[in-house]
Amino acid sequence: MEIPNVADKWTSGVNEVTIGATKDKGGSRQKTITVGGSKCIPFMDFEGNPGHKPVIAMDVYDIPPDDWTETLTRPFADVINDPAQWAKKCVEQYGADLICLKLDGIHPDKGNKSAEDAVKTVKSILAAVGVPLIIWGCEHDEKDNEVMPKVSQAARGENCLLGIVSQDNYKTLTATCLADGHSIITMAPVDINIGKQINILVSEMDFPLNRIVMFQSTGALGYGLEYSYSIQERERLAALTGDKMMSMPVICDVGHEAWRSKEAKSNDNDVPQWGPREERGPMWETITATSLLQSGVDIIRMNHPRSVAAVKKCIDRLY
Amino acid sequence: MISIGERINGMFKDVREAIKNKDPKAVQELAIKQTEAGASFLDVNVGTATADPAGAMKWLIEVIQDTVKTPIAIDSQKFDIIKAGLSVIKNEVLINSSKGDPEELDKYMPLAKEYNASLICLTMDKCGIPQDVERRMEIAMKIVEKAVEHEYELSKVYIDPVLFPINVDQKQPALMFDIFNQIKMISDPPPHRNVGLSNFSQGTKEKRLLARIFLTMGISYGLDAAVMDVLDKDLMDAAITAEIIMNQHVYSDSYLTACRK
Repeated sequence: MEIPNVADKWTSGVNEVTIGATKDKGGSRQKTITVGGSKCIPFMDFEGNPGHKPVIAMDVYDIPPDDWTETLTRPFADVINDPAQWAKKCVEQYGADLICLKLDGIHPDKGNKSAEDAVKTVKSILAAVGVPLIIWGCEHDEKDNEVMPKVSQAARGENCLLGIVSQDNYKTLTATCLADGHSIITMAPVDINIGKQINILVSEMDFPLNRIVMFQSTGALGYGLEYSYSIQERERLAALTGDKMMSMPVICDVGHEAWRSKEAKSNDNDVPQWGPREERGPMWETITATSLLQSGVDIIRMNHPRSVAAVKKCIDRLY
Repeated sequence: MISIGERINGMFKDVREAIKNKDPKAVQELAIKQTEAGASFLDVNVGTATADPAGAMKWLIEVIQDTVKTPIAIDSQKFDIIKAGLSVIKNEVLINSSKGDPEELDKYMPLAKEYNASLICLTMDKCGIPQDVERRMEIAMKIVEKAVEHEYELSKVYIDPVLFPINVDQKQPALMFDIFNQIKMISDPPPHRNVGLSNFSQGTKEKRLLARIFLTMGISYGLDAAVMDVLDKDLMDAAITAEIIMNQHVYSDSYLTACRK
């Protein structure tokens, strides 16, 4: 029996966004990363060009995270106090495609570090690794508006991906990124309508659409993954049918969210029936990532080297 | 919504004068204004006043193409004028229009295919314009059959069920909604559903209101293209809003801004 061809035809696709700038483009990166470009539903390459492979950004913090379990800190034990060395280890040993520097330390409740400290950290990472950099503020609007412009200026020309901007706080960072040649992450917490709105607002400041990456906030497996999934799926369908304000590549924060779950971080003694944390922690992160990949994700922020390796293998086999 | 801007038509005095004097200014302005208003296509019709309609069609198209990149809809009832227009086309193009007779479609569809053009097909034939749903659908089905026979992409076919002015036959508009619905299900992918919108309210005192309400109701039944006054901002915004209500775009507070782009 002949199997009917049920492939859909799509008229548009996800924008391509390039992160990082090499020497000839005014930066100092050894390579750039381009994401997006898909003209089909994820992994359905018989419907169109699947675009660029999803990439993994490994998180590096400017202060040692105080909520990480021993399973998560051990692979970074020798570098956790030195963001530059931490980034280097992620790239050289654990195969990170890019680094996501999370500036938790500038948050007024988590150290209240200064803009100068943040600039120093950014510069040290740019010097230590050749991959493109994502720089993520502390999500405290006032402090981010004070620190991120200085960070942006310090990394001028490197075409970093800076975030995040929201409907209520986007003007300062958008203007800064525009001036310093960086790309930007727009955020709407699990709300596709606000997600589109923030993209419109940023684009109305003449920010180029091909320098925007969307973040819908991420739910880990068992903690709202399906909400992120369905929004990202709908965004991809909107992109494929020509919605210019929904055609940006998508980033999700898998590492941080997965490792907050009790299933990932509980001690072995407390839940012996769940098996060893050394296995289940990375597994929780891996499953969260591979599930969300199917909804249409372009950049995945991750933490544990074993999860990173497993998800990279999955991506390589499916693409 | 595929909006086909109707304004570059020799029936309008400014365009008629422009053709007569070979003065491109009015045409250029209309091309720019309609493009800025969000027209998907610019309809070009030379009207009846010129002695050399094929030459006038070519001139109009060249003037427009030198001014904007918006695709053109070549509007004529004469095959030769359509052909003349196609000979100078540079971008995407729509032919407006062919009747639904098999012999007409046998002429127009290969021509459209040759120029990779889309084609509006009217559900009328040598017997005239049907007054009912059934006979219109019969012609619509023949149009689809012909497209399949000519291996002409159905996504390039625009079926126009020929909307009567409301002050001519008030029973007609309501029949259209049923037809849009049925055409949507005629094939996969289905042909587009098109109407000449201004025709519907011509000669009435509430021309714009009637057009706006018909368009929004039509969209809710699957109308997705219209030859219309794209310079009527309320009409364009009503169309976008109807599409938002029908969940054809993702809502956002600035959805009008987003869709106007």
